Amino acid sequence: MTILGNGVVMGQQCQHNCGCLASDLLDQMPKEKAELEAFMNALPLTEFPERNRGFLIESLHKAQGLFGYLPEAVQAFVAKKLGLHLSEVYGVISFYSYFTDVPQGKFKINVCMGTACFVKGADKVLEEFKRYLHVEVGQTTADQRYFLGSLRCVGACSLAPVVMANDRVYGNVTTKMIPDIIAECK
Amino acid sequence: MSSQIKILVSLGTCGIAAGTTPIEVALRKEIESKSLSDKIEIVQVGCMGLCHSEPTIEVIDVKSGKGTIYGNVKVDQVPYIISAGTTAKAVGCEEIEKSWYYPELEKNPGGKDQARIVLRNTGRINPESIDEYLANSGYEAFKKVLTSLSPEQVIEVVTSSGLRGRGGGGFPTGKKWAFARAQMSDDKFVVCNADEGDPGAFMDRAVLEGDPHAVLEAMAITGYAIGAKTGVIYIRAEYPLAIKRLEIAIAQAKSAGLIGKNILGKGFDFDLQIKYGAGAFVCGEETALIHSIEGHRGEPTFKPPFPAVSGLWKKPTIVNNVETFANIPAIIRMGADWFKSLGTPNSSGTKVFALAGKINKVGLVEVPMGMTLRDIIFKVGAGIKDGKEFKAVQTGGPSGGAIPASCLDTEIDYDSLRKLGSMMGSGGMIVMDEDDCMVNVAKFFLEFTLDESCGKCTPCRIGNKRLHEMLEDICNGKGTQETLDKLANLSQIIKDTSLCGLGQTSPNPVLSSMKFFENEFSRHVKDKKCDAGACKNLITFNINDKCIGCTICARNCPVHCITGERKQKHVIGQKECIKCGVCFDSCKFHAIDRA
Repeated sequence: MTILGNGVVMGQQCQHNCGCLASDLLDQMPKEKAELEAFMNALPLTEFPERNRGFLIESLHKAQGLFGYLPEAVQAFVAKKLGLHLSEVYGVISFYSYFTDVPQGKFKINVCMGTACFVKGADKVLEEFKRYLHVEVGQTTADQRYFLGSLRCVGACSLAPVVMANDRVYGNVTTKMIPDIIAECK
Repeated sequence: MSSQIKILVSLGTCGIAAGTTPIEVALRKEIESKSLSDKIEIVQVGCMGLCHSEPTIEVIDVKSGKGTIYGNVKVDQVPYIISAGTTAKAVGCEEIEKSWYYPELEKNPGGKDQARIVLRNTGRINPESIDEYLANSGYEAFKKVLTSLSPEQVIEVVTSSGLRGRGGGGFPTGKKWAFARAQMSDDKFVVCNADEGDPGAFMDRAVLEGDPHAVLEAMAITGYAIGAKTGVIYIRAEYPLAIKRLEIAIAQAKSAGLIGKNILGKGFDFDLQIKYGAGAFVCGEETALIHSIEGHRGEPTFKPPFPAVSGLWKKPTIVNNVETFANIPAIIRMGADWFKSLGTPNSSGTKVFALAGKINKVGLVEVPMGMTLRDIIFKVGAGIKDGKEFKAVQTGGPSGGAIPASCLDTEIDYDSLRKLGSMMGSGGMIVMDEDDCMVNVAKFFLEFTLDESCGKCTPCRIGNKRLHEMLEDICNGKGTQETLDKLANLSQIIKDTSLCGLGQTSPNPVLSSMKFFENEFSRHVKDKKCDAGACKNLITFNINDKCIGCTICARNCPVHCITGERKQKHVIGQKECIKCGVCFDSCKFHAIDRA
């Protein structure tokens, strides 16, 4: 039995009850684990632990890119590699909005809420998405398919209001287009 | 044989989003099928700033250097463009007049509103080719510095040019460098702040995507001037294309021997690395940014000590913004007096603005400091969309303020904007018209600050929350005169007592709109009315007698709360109505009243 910290035991069900078996995730995904390990082993770490901390954010970017989110087991893995406490890693994850420790839906729908989009009615678009998908901002639908988020300015202000569905950018979005945007997520 | 015609295709993030890629594919196909590959060359460039007409391409006659820009290009127009070449105008295509000139290459030929120094290469050269940069005086300034100027002389040039920090603060760049130069330390750092978080500003992204070498060159010059061997670029993770182009540029500069050890045999070492942000607006503040590079939570710390004395890893550090850096090579090449000849006495040079919102020509513009807001909005930006009335312009993003029509003749520089209760900020300019409610907009900005407050100091964490609640009350019709008084009072307290720039400026949108749009605030609290029709709880929609029963509103209503027989007057179910305004917008007979 391996205790990862905060009393979580390897192999336990994750705290989100989403069935992801977060603690086992690393072992369930050996290829990704190996890639993360190789990435971190290649970091030019020095003898100064404080300076090594400078590699934390890029390691977390790499890990989230591989696993889709940062469950505790991944956090613990990164912490150990850089000689940090798990709490320090969690502190960083909870601070930056880019990082998440809950799994997100398969399709990420993000409504741009930058100023240009806002004055062109992005709030109405977001309201309609919320109503249509029955979720709040930052949540995933019950079937784990759609994640609804808002983001700040993708820099496509001329196309405002803008919606990003995974990597696809929809410009001049109206509430009428919402069912089509969702249907096109495949 | 070298090509006779160059076609520049604008491939920045927004160009790609607007559909430039299929145009490029079509152009290549057409050139191939007409066997013109030896005559016409396609060049991928960054953003030309013409967001309002994307996709844009420019057809250039290589010999004379003359070009024609086409906007809103469609794939089926490509054959016409190719067959017209440079001898004729392409049939049926929209031609766009260039409204800028390049002060470094020419005197103002007259009639040009924009002067491009920062954007001198953006949209003109291939950002992924160091050769094109070198052919456009690239790295000449760096070579000049290494071979003929002492570090002190470099700082002297920058100081006397009057260049001020373009990230928003407006601190004199040369002075900052001199502080760092004066520190005795074995290690110093140059940091490029590319964490462009202000929603509605995208000039730094455009420069990094369109001319990354300019930033690298400037960072190396800064390193030489202050005695630093390492440069760090801190960039938002949300800018994947800019990151990719920076990585390419760094690799090219390294293999050309312009970055690395003993550069040009002059005994100067300089190395560059990229660090990524992770979505935190406060990391644009320099102390927070440094903590983020060090792998900590991006919380700001009290100044002094300033980073120029104790910054990254507690070593003297210069943090400059992308746009500030992009000015440096031009200043070194052309001299301080040339730079000062543009702009105003206290704010020399130019400023890039991102025009967005209810304006006809959305895009990136670079104008000399001292141009009036009216000229920027009505001349450069071609006025307000759909012939509506101008209401306000927000400069400085969530840290700035709303400027009303009565102040449109203000000449823009750092000091004039501050006097109006706004600030230069990074250069976002959001134009608002009669349909925007200023209380609602102030609430929007506060929502942003609330989200982005790091929570370290109380005035910002709790004070902004209270401000937001009060604004929410006002928008919901629960506000009183007392709420307004409290709002103004608390705003001032937050301004005076917050730790960093984020908190100190967060009440600016509230204070400036209360000052300039007092009437609108009092309409909300006294009469419980929102004249712009933006505050949902203060408006109702009703169908009047002009209704002919066309059913279009009922069919469009997302909650199906409009009922009525065909050809008979319809009724809106007030209980179910979500006040989205779809019926109001879709009715062609003005049969829906918003009150």
